[in-house]
Formats: sequence, structure tokens, C-alpha cells
Amino acid sequence: MKFARLVWANIFRNKRRTFLTAASVAVAMFLFASLRSIITTLEASAELGSEARLVTRNAIGITFPLPEAYTSRLKSTSGIRNVSWANWFGGVYQDPQDFFAQFAVHGESYFAMYPEIRIPDDQLDLFLRERTAAIVGTGLMERFGWSLDQTVTLQGTIFPGDWEFTIRGVYTPDNPSFSDQTMYFRYDYLFERTNRQVTPGWFILQLEDPTAAANISTTIDALFENSTAPTATETERAFQAGFVTMWGNVAGLVRAIGTAVFFAILLVAANTMMMAARERINEVAVMKTLGFQNRTLATLVLSEATIITGVGGLIGLLLAKGFINPANPVNVMLPGFILTTGTFVAGVGISIALGLVSGAVPAWQSARLSVVQALRRVA
Amino acid sequence: MTTTKPSSDQTSSGSQTATALVEIRDLKKSYYRDSQEIPVIEGVTLTINRGEFLAMMGPSGSGKSTLLNIIAGLDSAEHGSVIVDGENVTAMSARQLATWRGRHIGFVFQFYNLLPVLTAYQNIELPLLLTELSKRERKEHVLTALDVVGLTDRAEHFPRQLSGGQQQRVGIARAIVSDPTIILADEPTGDLDAKSAEEILDLLTRLNEEFQKTIIMVTHDAKAAERAHAVMHLDKGVLSR
Repeated sequence: MKFARLVWANIFRNKRRTFLTAASVAVAMFLFASLRSIITTLEASAELGSEARLVTRNAIGITFPLPEAYTSRLKSTSGIRNVSWANWFGGVYQDPQDFFAQFAVHGESYFAMYPEIRIPDDQLDLFLRERTAAIVGTGLMERFGWSLDQTVTLQGTIFPGDWEFTIRGVYTPDNPSFSDQTMYFRYDYLFERTNRQVTPGWFILQLEDPTAAANISTTIDALFENSTAPTATETERAFQAGFVTMWGNVAGLVRAIGTAVFFAILLVAANTMMMAARERINEVAVMKTLGFQNRTLATLVLSEATIITGVGGLIGLLLAKGFINPANPVNVMLPGFILTTGTFVAGVGISIALGLVSGAVPAWQSARLSVVQALRRVA
Repeated sequence: MTTTKPSSDQTSSGSQTATALVEIRDLKKSYYRDSQEIPVIEGVTLTINRGEFLAMMGPSGSGKSTLLNIIAGLDSAEHGSVIVDGENVTAMSARQLATWRGRHIGFVFQFYNLLPVLTAYQNIELPLLLTELSKRERKEHVLTALDVVGLTDRAEHFPRQLSGGQQQRVGIARAIVSDPTIILADEPTGDLDAKSAEEILDLLTRLNEEFQKTIIMVTHDAKAAERAHAVMHLDKGVLSR
């Protein structure tokens, strides 16, 4: 503690340089936190689906529908408690840039199967009684300033025309990774408006015993193997993970960018610390003359570097926390995009490590400094 | 009395009864430029008594500062020994030397060498940070040192706010604050005007006479050397009276 004043004085010796170094670390940590949050969100998304639900889709691809007649055959399959289905709608509200997901669902069975979608009972009743009713996430309501009983019009892209929906319910997800930016409407509305041409996009199967998922999947796919629409069945979690992999190796890319940023900032910080140390060669020599040990001098240099990078990193992380968590600028694409405690702690650790690494060379130079040569250089 | 011969064992003041504080025996030191050896100190033997004020003179490159640095444990010798207050400085490790310097050596530099980011008070306090003294005790020591050098009212000034003479007085206060065994001054008036130089010499004389501090001063200035009890001349590494 008695050396704190010395460290403090050296940190503020060149205020502009200290500010710029801390600012560069702050920017780096802001980027780190943002990029790391994308990775954690993607990982959380892959974990989101339930192991107790199976998803049966067309084996050719998710965009190819399945016959509605499969419903009864799936229901009669041993080990399946309930069956529901859904379709991707792909409508546009006002501007294509204001994207959000819309699903046509079989209301009675779908919401019974998803306890994580919380809807007041009276609102669900209204939804089930009115064909054009829709249930909308809290985030979406807030985003567009919608209100209950409001009618909104979407332009169909896959299913052309103007589609009117009346908001009869608002759901709240019980998990931050589950999007609150989705609109659900009734499958029969889609069915009727398309002259009964539409068929389910995929089926969701609730299992009686999640441990039987693998066997049931095999059984179902074998059941439709020689039909016109063979199926691919997997747990909802695997299905969700498949969606995540559609992003490509985003996690790898993000890690690569993060690593590049880290080393770039490391070089900046190291260069700054070495410049600062070079300016003080004479002072280090004087302190050695006064009896300061190499270890003490190295500790002073490392403390200074660590405080600058630590404070800079902390500022960057707090800014990221303040920016990401309440606003969630990419909520539509990455629901639950939040800066986790783990990311925050990792950021603080990296900031400190940055200080230690960048201060290591000047600390080592201080320790090796020849007092006689350093003083002679000044004289 | 000094001699370049190892066999000689006399004091710089010529007194045989005074207590020897610094004993230098057959000290040799060379620098090397590529493969060429450049002798700097050639077999210096010298005894400095406790409470003595010794001036060392000589032309530039004669080895004065090198000898001072070896006594302070800042530089090493190739041959011979330096014993200060019974401790063999030449046999100590770098770590031991740092601790020993903090306890026994007060160093006064030609260019003051104050830390510009610290106030006069904080500069003087620096050597005390290496001790076990409490904050209150450190304060007492620093204020005493400031009082001795007559700069009590400048305690909170930064070096840039002080004149050269005042900065050197802060440097002297820093050198004496831990009550060292010996004060080594490397051309302490070399960067000062005549008046300031006189004040610094007065201060060193007072430290020697009033506080019985042993002082070894390297100087080019014959007038400054007059303040010392004894003057040694070093030329091409050879010490003479």
C-alpha cells in the first residue's frame, strides 16, 4: 500500500497516453464481450429445445411440408403422448427490415406442449375461439407499440396477399433464450385462406418417456420411409442445434476475430508500457541506487500496467453490459443475447492478463537495468 | 593517506587512531571496448575513517565515479575488496547489495535525479518506503530532513517548481533521511551556480561536522574540495594524495 502513491503518480504522469491506452483496452473488451455474448447465445440456443419433444420434418428439408394425414399415424405410434404441428409463415409487417418470426400453429395442442410460452388463460381462450386471432411476444408488442385487440396486417411472401390478425394474447417466455419476438396464429386460418392447400411444415411430438427418443425417432422415420414424403425425426434440441449450425461456424469466426483484437490491443498496450518504461530508465536507476529491489520495481511496473488495462477493460465491459442487456440490439436474430457473468469475469481476467503480459517486458527490463549505465546515459 | 599499493594500510586523514569505516584493498577495474581492455582503477587501496569528509578529484575518465559506484555497490570490481562498516560489499549478491544500500548509503547525484511526478516530500520519503517505519514515523523523518536542508516550506512542491539549488537540497535530504552510514556525493555542485554550490557545500560541511556524517565527494571543483578533510587525486586509475 505504501507504494500506491508512486504507482498512482506514474499512471497520471502522461494523462493522455494513459487515457488512450485504457480507452483502447475498453474498446477491445467491449468487442470481446459483444462477440463472446454471441457465442454464448448461440450455444444457449442450441440447448434451448426440449429433449422430451421430437420434431418430425420432411427428410428433404425443412422447407418441404408433410402430409396432414401423418397426424393420426404419429398419434398412434407407441410412446407419443401428443402431436402438434406448425408452419413457417414468412410475412412482412410494414418494412421487410422489421423482420420477426410468424408461425401458424395448431393452437389446442401446440401451447399445451410448450409450458415455456406463458399466456394468460383468458387470452388463450380468446385465441382458440377466433380464427384470425394471434398471440404475440412481449418484446414484439413493445417493439411495434401494439396493444391487445389491435388488428395488424402482414403481407404474405410464401402465401401471398394481405393477412389480418387480431392480437388476442401476449405471451411471456420463461427463459431469456426463448424469443419474445414471435407471433403465433392459427393453422386453420392459414389452411382456409390457402384453399386448404397448405399442409404442416413440421410435427412436434411430445414423448411419454424422453429416454425412448432415439427408438421412437427410428420407428417414425421407418414408418414413412417408403412414402412420398419420408421424414427425418430428431429431438427438438437437435433440431434447434441444426438451426444454429445453419449460421455456419459463427463461433469459430467470432473467436478468430476476438483473438485478433486481443493481440492487436496487447501490442498497443505493450508498446505503451515500454515507451513509459523507457522514459523512466533514469528514475529506475535512481530507485535502485536508493535500495529498491528488482522485484519491487517489477511489481510497480506490473501494477501500473495492470491498473491501466484493468480499469480500461472494466469500463469496456460495463459499457457492453449497459448496451447489450437492456437494449438487446439483435434480439430478433439472437433471443436472449445477454452478457453473462461468465463473460464478464472472463473479460476482467483477460484485462488483467493483458496488463501483466504488456508489463512483463518493461518489468524485466527494469530488473536487468544497469544502474551505472543508466545514470551515465543521463549525465 | 592513500596508496596504490595493496601493502599500504594508512588512512586518508593520516590518523591511526580513528575508526576505519571504508577499507578498500587493491581494487582493480577495467572496461572493455571490443577486445581492448581499458583500465579504470588500478590497484587502489584506501581507508576512510568514520566521520571523515573526503574529496576525490581528477580529470574526466580518471575513474572517480567508478570508484564511488563500487563503494556504493552499484558497480563491481574485478579484483580487490571494499569493506564498509565491517561488511564486504564486493562479496554481496545484487539483492543483498540493494538492501545494504538502502540501509547504509545516501547518494547525492550531480543532476539531483528527483522523480518529477513526486513532490519534494514524497521524493525524500522514497528510501523510507523500503523500511518498516509507520507512516507517522516516516513523516517525522521526512520533516526532520526537510528542516535540516531548510526546505520545510517547499515540501509540497514538485521538482519543476524548485530551483537547481533547492532540488539538490531535496536530493541531500533524500540521501540523509534514512540516516545512512555514509554519504556519497558525485559532483553535487557540478550543475549549480556559484551561490547555490556554496550553499550545498555549507550543507554537506554541516552534515559532516554537526551530524558526524562520513562523506565521500567526487568533484572537479578545487574550491569544493577545500571543504573536505582530505583530498585524493585519481588519475588514470591511480590514486594519490
